[in-house]
Amino acid sequence: MTLDQISITLVYSAMAVYAIAFIAYAIDLARRSAAATKAVDQARMPAAVAVAATRSTSGDSGTDAGIASVPESTDGMTVDAAADGRDETSGRQAMGDTVAYGRSPSLRVGVAMTVVAWLLHLAADLTRGIAAERVPWANMYEFALTGTLIITTVYLLVLVVSKHDLRFLGTFVTGLVLVLLGVATVNFYVSVVPLPPALQSAWLVIHVFVATSSVGFFALGFALSVVQLLQSRRESIVASAKAVKQSFLATLPDSATLENLAYRVTIIGFILWTFTLMAGAIWAEAAWGRYWGWDTKEVWTFIIWVVYAGYIHARATRGWRGSRSAWLAIIGFSTVLFNFTVVNLFFKGLHAYSGL
Amino acid sequence: MSPRSDPDALSRPHDHIDAPERDAAAASLRQDGAVAQPKLGPVGWLRFAWRQLTSMRTALLLLLLLAVAAVPGSLVPQRSSDPNGVSQYFADNPDLAPVLDSFQLFDVYTSAWFSAVYLLLFVSLIGCVIPRTKHHFEALRARPPRTPARLSRLAGYTERPLALPEPVDGASAPAGSANEAADAAIDAAATQLRQAGYRVERYELRGEASVSAERGYLRETGNLVFHTALVGVLVAVGIGGGFGFSGQRVVVEGQSFVNTLAAYDSFNPGRFFDDANLDPYRLELEGLDAVYETENQEAIGQPIDFTAHVSVQAQDGAAEPGVVKVNEPLRVHGTDVYLLGNGYAPTITVRDPDGEVVFTDSVPFLPQDANLTSIGVVKVPDGLADQVGMVGFFYPTQSELGSGAYTSSYPDLIYPVLTLNVYRGDLGIDAGTPTSVYTLDPSSMEQLTGGSTGVESIELMPGDTVDLPDGLGSITFEDVSAETGGDPDAAADDFSQSVARFASFDIHDDPSQGWVLVFAVLILAGLLVSLFVPRRRMWVKAARRPDGTVVLEYAGLARGEDPGLEDAVAAFADKHSRPARWSSSREAA
Ligand code: HEM
Repeated sequence: MTLDQISITLVYSAMAVYAIAFIAYAIDLARRSAAATKAVDQARMPAAVAVAATRSTSGDSGTDAGIASVPESTDGMTVDAAADGRDETSGRQAMGDTVAYGRSPSLRVGVAMTVVAWLLHLAADLTRGIAAERVPWANMYEFALTGTLIITTVYLLVLVVSKHDLRFLGTFVTGLVLVLLGVATVNFYVSVVPLPPALQSAWLVIHVFVATSSVGFFALGFALSVVQLLQSRRESIVASAKAVKQSFLATLPDSATLENLAYRVTIIGFILWTFTLMAGAIWAEAAWGRYWGWDTKEVWTFIIWVVYAGYIHARATRGWRGSRSAWLAIIGFSTVLFNFTVVNLFFKGLHAYSGL
Repeated sequence: MSPRSDPDALSRPHDHIDAPERDAAAASLRQDGAVAQPKLGPVGWLRFAWRQLTSMRTALLLLLLLAVAAVPGSLVPQRSSDPNGVSQYFADNPDLAPVLDSFQLFDVYTSAWFSAVYLLLFVSLIGCVIPRTKHHFEALRARPPRTPARLSRLAGYTERPLALPEPVDGASAPAGSANEAADAAIDAAATQLRQAGYRVERYELRGEASVSAERGYLRETGNLVFHTALVGVLVAVGIGGGFGFSGQRVVVEGQSFVNTLAAYDSFNPGRFFDDANLDPYRLELEGLDAVYETENQEAIGQPIDFTAHVSVQAQDGAAEPGVVKVNEPLRVHGTDVYLLGNGYAPTITVRDPDGEVVFTDSVPFLPQDANLTSIGVVKVPDGLADQVGMVGFFYPTQSELGSGAYTSSYPDLIYPVLTLNVYRGDLGIDAGTPTSVYTLDPSSMEQLTGGSTGVESIELMPGDTVDLPDGLGSITFEDVSAETGGDPDAAADDFSQSVARFASFDIHDDPSQGWVLVFAVLILAGLLVSLFVPRRRMWVKAARRPDGTVVLEYAGLARGEDPGLEDAVAAFADKHSRPARWSSSREAA
């Protein structure tokens, strides 16, 4: 068995373990929904009257509390509730606010399996690099292999660093990694071949690695923004006190917290992307004789950068903070994926390094 | 909610998230008013328009518009980066292409509409940055604001007991000692905050000592540096680029060229370029090494390395050796020399029926595929009975397809074959109109070999000579390794050095490059600082409770994104209230 074959075997093993992790995370989400529903059922019995009262009287203040664009909406809500004096019963609490969600064995299995998958994935990436005698990111297959590794790495890193429990993102992260690895092994695989002269440069190591890293952060920012949108929709439904169908969202942080987390992750991605763009220009100068030539890949790198600059601005623009800026983060990540797939495969340009 | 009595916010666009709400309300009122009552004079209108243009919302919309406007340039080939693609597009879509062209879709990035978007954006940017810069300089000299009356509503609010000096021998503490201790504590807080990089100001409000501190001015500095450097990049590219040039030149091994306008195959000067600035140095291509993969079965023939060995001679100086590789341009005499392509230049000699040489040259053949199947043209204008043109294929390693057609199966010289179709007649070069050396216009010529003529194409290997049809003369495909003496040990079928190679060099000078790099570094530095340096205020107050006791209150205020604020306040309170720190040092003093 050659090193490359070992690497492939490791990739498939990692995919199997990611699949287990994905299932565990999915079970966890299902249990969250159940827990949320149960909390409401329990709360509703004694508090039915109070809830009815809330419904009839606090229509206006309720909508206020639900606006996601108020960064302090958690505080806002509690202050509101306290000021009302009517909402102190647990009825509103259980529907609108975070439902406490205890220890979850499936979540722990999910994280443990993600770590195992990550180790296998890392081993796969390293053996591929050793087999090729260079960094393992010189064609589409290798970008995908390393890029997904970085997505998982960023996720695990954020779990360690963040004060919030973000393990609920595991479904998205393992799902995305699984899909991308699947596509990569089936459609992008190429055997180890030597580097063409254009890629023999220290910038291959730096530029591509940093680009791939920023994708890891953008991916997480995307996931958080999606949950933020779902959460803020739920919050406005809760605030208007219509019938609430409880979902796993009740157990997650409120939309303002999610938005702040998304922002923090995304600006790291943005800085890395800014560096990617500049490093790419320096490399292009050495390889093609000009630092910027509006080559298709350069165009899309620029578009992504501008969209995320828009996202950062939106966060600072009245009327745009909240859901609208979240949409920009989502559009931003869509352009990232588009750049990696469609542009690499179907657009003509100088960056013809997919190896396919 | 945090108080928004933020002086900084005043210089921000009115719809910035931290700008005072009142201001925005007034603005929208004014906006409605503007529609309702046409009393707004011309100046009023201008001010209104300017205010709209420099708003956050406009900046955001223009940014998004810029992103959208950049898209078509990746869908349609661009003249700047892919001129052949544009010609092809016109050929493939003869109806659509002129329509697209009228919208400048083949020149998106220099088009009127794309320029309009980014110029508006930059006007907005400048209009936004100038007042903020002015204000920031003032803020840098301003005192931190007065301590708020009630700290308890602010972020990270916490309190610590004020440690009183130990009473001596059980005697009760003197009356003023609490005040003294409070003063000492606030002094110590001021010192510690200053050491932590805060600017501090002591305040005394209703007998309560306090210190107000602010840090992170660098955040705004970074933001301003970032935006200003964006303008810098635009200006450097717009102006600096005009002083440069780029030129292309094909050089065959053993030949040289002199850096003058006439020597270039193609030349693109910038708007302000003066060709008197060209330094006429001589660049000789001594040899071009091409290495191809021979072992890895998956990648046989894939290029591994191209190295051009050159010698560069200043106008009045000695020749110096140099190397040009892909990714490693040679920077000489204020120009950058890039190796952007290479191929074969078969050396061809044509003789008249008497054996007199009428043509001999190494003719660059342009590669058509990865295995360097190449096409070239030989033009013999004088010396034969008629003008003669030849269109040829060169195969470094010839092999035959099932159809009988030839192809090259490997890019290096294993079995080199040259095939030529011969034409006689008028080459069309006498009229003086410039024609490409890489194409032959056969419209006023008669084809003598190949195609439908029924006569076999001429087929040569290095060293071969054959007669031209119609008794025009003879043609030789020279073996250049024989000329240089070759390797005496080489086998007879070793063709590896038999055909000369050419390098195609791009030679550029772009004076904007260094400036753009400087601004790019400023952009990155400004970004890092503005996104990661927390701008925050912190207050420590010795507050007197109704019962007469004094406690130390701590609180902070975030100015912009500051996830670490509450921890920072808590950490400072812990550090500061450790009594040993200030009371003992006070006593020692
Ligand atoms: C070429 C166009 C522009 C780009 C690429 C751009 C990009 C950015 C980026 C990346 C940031 C976040 C980093 C930082 O705070 O330094 C930012 C912040 C900011 N930009 Fe721009 N910008 C542009 C134009 C403008 C314009 C026209 C305005 C004013 C109308 C503006 C006002 C601001 C403000 C006020 C912030 C601070 C946001 C905050 O408080 O968080 N920018 N910009």
